[in-house]
Amino acid sequence: MTDNTSGAKAQTETVSQAPTFLPAADIYETNDAVVMLLEMPGADPQSLNVTLDKRTLTITASSKPFAPQGYTLVHAEYEDGNYERAFTLSELVDGDRIDAEFKDGVLRLTLPKATPSPAKKINVRAA
Amino acid sequence: MLTDLALGGRWPDVARDMRRLQEEMNRTFGGFRFAVPAEYPPVNVWAGADGAIITAEIPGVAPDQIDITVHQDTVTLRGKREPAAPGKDATVHREERTVGAFARTLVLPFRVDSEKASARFERGVLILELPRPPADKPRQIKINPA
Repeated sequence: MTDNTSGAKAQTETVSQAPTFLPAADIYETNDAVVMLLEMPGADPQSLNVTLDKRTLTITASSKPFAPQGYTLVHAEYEDGNYERAFTLSELVDGDRIDAEFKDGVLRLTLPKATPSPAKKINVRAA
Repeated sequence: MLTDLALGGRWPDVARDMRRLQEEMNRTFGGFRFAVPAEYPPVNVWAGADGAIITAEIPGVAPDQIDITVHQDTVTLRGKREPAAPGKDATVHREERTVGAFARTLVLPFRVDSEKASARFERGVLILELPRPPADKPRQIKINPA
């Protein structure tokens, strides 16, 4: 599994001023699936986008800016912005059965491995 | 951006700000493997006439696992980030999310009306509303005509 974010970053130029963050990820593999956990606190579930193009899995989301009325920001340690990360899967995945669940700011992706087609024997015609 | 206005008039901690900046760089450019453990959770503080709002990014923690205490002007957040349990036969490819217990204490420049303080947890972000008691609010004083 390769992380190809740096390449994706150089090509894209965002229109909005919001910064783009790389969500921290946990990835583990069981016998029949690859499970990914991505931390995206504050992300708007409506903006969550998970796409699988061949073997490139891209995850994007953006968080709604939080600005309570009548208050001013006096101390900031984190920013609202966009989340974006792309992975190249080394394993063939069944794209139709990918399960995505967003709970408490963590996106959990379950990617079931595609069942390998049985090896085919090819008969050679002898001339 | 890294001002310590709301933290009880303490001197800004330069070393802490440096760590914070480094963490921000890591977050933007993706060097999570070299991330320096900074204070957790990261918080934003909003100040207003009625009090303050503190927001903290605590993804992956169940809301009932976060312990919030308010005592006079001190707010403490406590909790534990549980590791994902992948099972025995699983192969771990990446483990960038940090786990373990955390605690953070913030001192506000005013007393908090603990009766009226409220908290909600939205998509991994904790939002704490900390109003000032009415008796403590600044009152406008009119000048009597002589």
